[in-house]
Amino acid sequence: MATATASGPMRLTGIGTLLRHRAVGKLVLLAVAAAVLVPIANARWASGAWPDALTVDLTSPLGRASDWIIDNRDSHWLFTYFLGHISNAIVISVRAVYLVLLAGGWAGVVAGAALVAWRVAGVRLAVLTVASFGVCGLLGMWVPTMQTLALMVVAVIAAVVLGMLMGLAAGLSDRIFRVLRPVLDTMQVLPAFSYLLPVALIFGVGVPAAVLATVVYAAPPMARLTALGLRGADSGVLEAVTSLGTTARQRLFSARLPLARKELLLGLNQTIMMALSMAVIASMIGGAGLGDRVYQALGTVDVGAALAAGIPIVLLAVVLDRVTGAAGERLGADAQGEALSPLRGRRGWSVAAVVTVAVALVARFAGRLEWPTSWTVDIVEPVNTAKDWMVDHLYTGVPVVGGTADWAAHFTTWVLDPVRDGLQDLPWWSVLLVVAALAWTIGTWQTALTAVLAMAGIGVLGVWDKSLDTLAQVLAAVAVTVVLGFAIGIATARSTRLERLLRPVLDVFQTMPQFVYLIPVVALFGIGRAPAVAAAVIYALPAVIRITTQGLRQVDGAAMEASRSLGATSWQQLRQVQLPLARPALLLALNQAVVLVLAVVVIGALVGGGALGYDVVFGIAQGDLATGMVGGVAIVCLGLMLDRVTQPTTRRDHGAGTKKGA
Amino acid sequence: MRRRTTALAGSLLLLTVTGCGAADMTKQASPYANAGGAKTVTLSVQSWVGAQADVAVAEYLLKHELGYRVDRVQIDEVPAWDALSQGRVDAILEDWGHPEQEQRYVKDKKTITPGGDLGVTGHIGWFVPTYFAKKHPDVTDWKNLNKYASQFRTAESGGQGQLMDGSPSYVTNDKALVQNLGLDYKVVFAGSEAAQITQIEQFAKENKPFLTYWYKPQWLFEKVPMTEVKLPAYKEGCDADLEKIKCAYPHTPLQKYLNTDFAENGGKAAAFLKNFKWSEADQNEVALDIADRKMSPQDAAKKWIEGHEPTWREWLPK
Repeated sequence: MATATASGPMRLTGIGTLLRHRAVGKLVLLAVAAAVLVPIANARWASGAWPDALTVDLTSPLGRASDWIIDNRDSHWLFTYFLGHISNAIVISVRAVYLVLLAGGWAGVVAGAALVAWRVAGVRLAVLTVASFGVCGLLGMWVPTMQTLALMVVAVIAAVVLGMLMGLAAGLSDRIFRVLRPVLDTMQVLPAFSYLLPVALIFGVGVPAAVLATVVYAAPPMARLTALGLRGADSGVLEAVTSLGTTARQRLFSARLPLARKELLLGLNQTIMMALSMAVIASMIGGAGLGDRVYQALGTVDVGAALAAGIPIVLLAVVLDRVTGAAGERLGADAQGEALSPLRGRRGWSVAAVVTVAVALVARFAGRLEWPTSWTVDIVEPVNTAKDWMVDHLYTGVPVVGGTADWAAHFTTWVLDPVRDGLQDLPWWSVLLVVAALAWTIGTWQTALTAVLAMAGIGVLGVWDKSLDTLAQVLAAVAVTVVLGFAIGIATARSTRLERLLRPVLDVFQTMPQFVYLIPVVALFGIGRAPAVAAAVIYALPAVIRITTQGLRQVDGAAMEASRSLGATSWQQLRQVQLPLARPALLLALNQAVVLVLAVVVIGALVGGGALGYDVVFGIAQGDLATGMVGGVAIVCLGLMLDRVTQPTTRRDHGAGTKKGA
Repeated sequence: MRRRTTALAGSLLLLTVTGCGAADMTKQASPYANAGGAKTVTLSVQSWVGAQADVAVAEYLLKHELGYRVDRVQIDEVPAWDALSQGRVDAILEDWGHPEQEQRYVKDKKTITPGGDLGVTGHIGWFVPTYFAKKHPDVTDWKNLNKYASQFRTAESGGQGQLMDGSPSYVTNDKALVQNLGLDYKVVFAGSEAAQITQIEQFAKENKPFLTYWYKPQWLFEKVPMTEVKLPAYKEGCDADLEKIKCAYPHTPLQKYLNTDFAENGGKAAAFLKNFKWSEADQNEVALDIADRKMSPQDAAKKWIEGHEPTWREWLPK
């Protein structure tokens, strides 16, 4: 996966001191404000948890809204003339793609995919594509894979169109850019979970809702990268084009968009990745396909079957990522090599199309449209045996170190409980104060204000205690992730061999649907908050490792050389040169850890994480808009707050499109 | 650029194809339904294995005896009612009682039609493992539960005993019950049935005591024998006010529901689903094969179907 890269400039010590001075100034100002405001707040509403007087109960209005939707869905013009058509259009498009895939038969689909990969990215990736699709078939997952693919095609096209339109507007107009930026920011910190419920309520459970939820989730990177590409276009080239007397429209199509091709492709790549990661979550609202198989397997605690459906998702992700990635790299580079090939340009594509159709027809006449049932391999049995062995031998009573269940219990009593109780015992205003202080020291007063308002919003919604419970889980998980991630990241930065060894493992963990490892996690750690934290750590760790490694690797060679010549040991080098210079990257890694952990801790409600995640799951399961929405909005507020507190504002433009998707 | 124009043209075309008239929100079949000329029935599956067993057997017979293709969609109970009313799914085979939805969709909107009894009676209750109940026979009365609270303690329940609840989609009054009966327990939600089963099996493996919300019929009883804890007896209407509730859960004969349109025009498939009725023992046999012996639902259904021909012959429409 293309992770956000951190390429921070070297920080001069002078600036560092100045910054520190400014931070002190901010804190002093804040302390003065607090000294005035806190006694007033204290006198009026007393300390302790968020005061009841300042909450708003949304249960009855939200309940009424949900009833209104259900009662009017079949008759009101909003639905019959607008939303209904959107829903129908989605159903028809998904169906069209699905029918084409079915008509091509497995042979036609494999041939078509391989040829596209070959044209776009070369022979090696074509082979990878064939192998991946082959494995999907071998696992007996051909039909669900096609269903997921059909859904993905439609969702990705919609997300790309939507994202490009937003990106074009933002790229061409400064005002729209300013308006759109906070919107995109918010869309990216929203955990997907939180908007499943409203979408499902309006469109009903099923494919349209799943597609729309996926589009909301996947469009922001496309929008951001389109805007970035348009804004970053080489001014020299643009001036040259302008001097030729072109109109603004011509300039856009002949110069600005082509110049932004790399960003556009990266945007496509990110959009595909994020859409795929939604495949399983969307199955909670009837998304069908592979995600649904994973979800159903979990109902029977069948890790083997969940894995059999999870692997095709990983493979689809790997193939699509590599192919779009390679397409981006070959842009510009393909001019010479390609020119010599007899199959260049349009001719190559026609050959690909003809071969695909031919293969599909042959398969059709041979009556071999469906994947042959005898060509399947059953991995369910061995995987479950392996899981049982692990559980039998690791769960408890391992000499000296204790079993995994004991660790989980200790983690809960010694870490999670104290952190949660501590947070919940803090007077509410002091929590706001800490948030303000943190956000302001690393950002501007605007970020601080957003963070404080987000936190206050949680209180107003009346879910203060639950949110602090979730916050405690997030903090614990982030701490574990960052410690492990930095340690492993430092190790991989120093050894290329280790990095190569870890790469496929990280790939798998980043793309494997989180649902797949929830059950093994329960089997090892029991139910409760500890397994939810463990699942979050597993999910967030790869991104942190990657960003750390990259950041350390990119440290200026001259600085390293200089320190070595001064006789620094490798430990001193790491501590005094590499780590300080890679600070921006490390901060980005921290921010990523926060965002990713938050996304999974919510899903952790499925294994007993409780708190806000449970409210959202409960809302979806019971069709209870009030509980679900309040939980969802509180998660969004928490996400915004954590994002602002961990993301230095000056770095905001970097890594823009690649957040959450890392 | 060309791709974008095509996409735009494509969406315009779609709008024209769908027509500019009113869209019917009550006819929203799945895009995967009836693909390739097959007649399709879409069944909703709930997360518990009993429901999966119903669907597996119905699916097998629909496929092999009546020539339908069956799509399964996993949805939680309340959203499933909604999907049923929209025609996204054709039938729910196992409903545990949703009076509010029944009023709205069956009586008021008439988009859903009752499909009769499934033949299985469901019951929710609190259970302790039988190995523990044998050692301490008095634990099976709720009045003595406080005595054992310390033995049911876990890291997650803090100083109190743990009462383990399952998926958020299940009907539960446990929080209110614990409070109203003055029990020294904390309700801990496992969050999903999968997590709950895993935890129960884990406890059983170590012979540890535990107290859990659970329901019958359920295959897990074959693997981990559990004894019900007696709660104050259920009386009609005693569960009307959740704030004051102090009684056990009722026994519910499980119901089937069909989409009205499907019930009227669904031909043999609809007739078959209305006739479908089997016993708890039958359901458990299939459920155990699926969940514990890890057979695929198809194989488990096939095995049962081969052994019980007289039962299912009755269901096929003449």
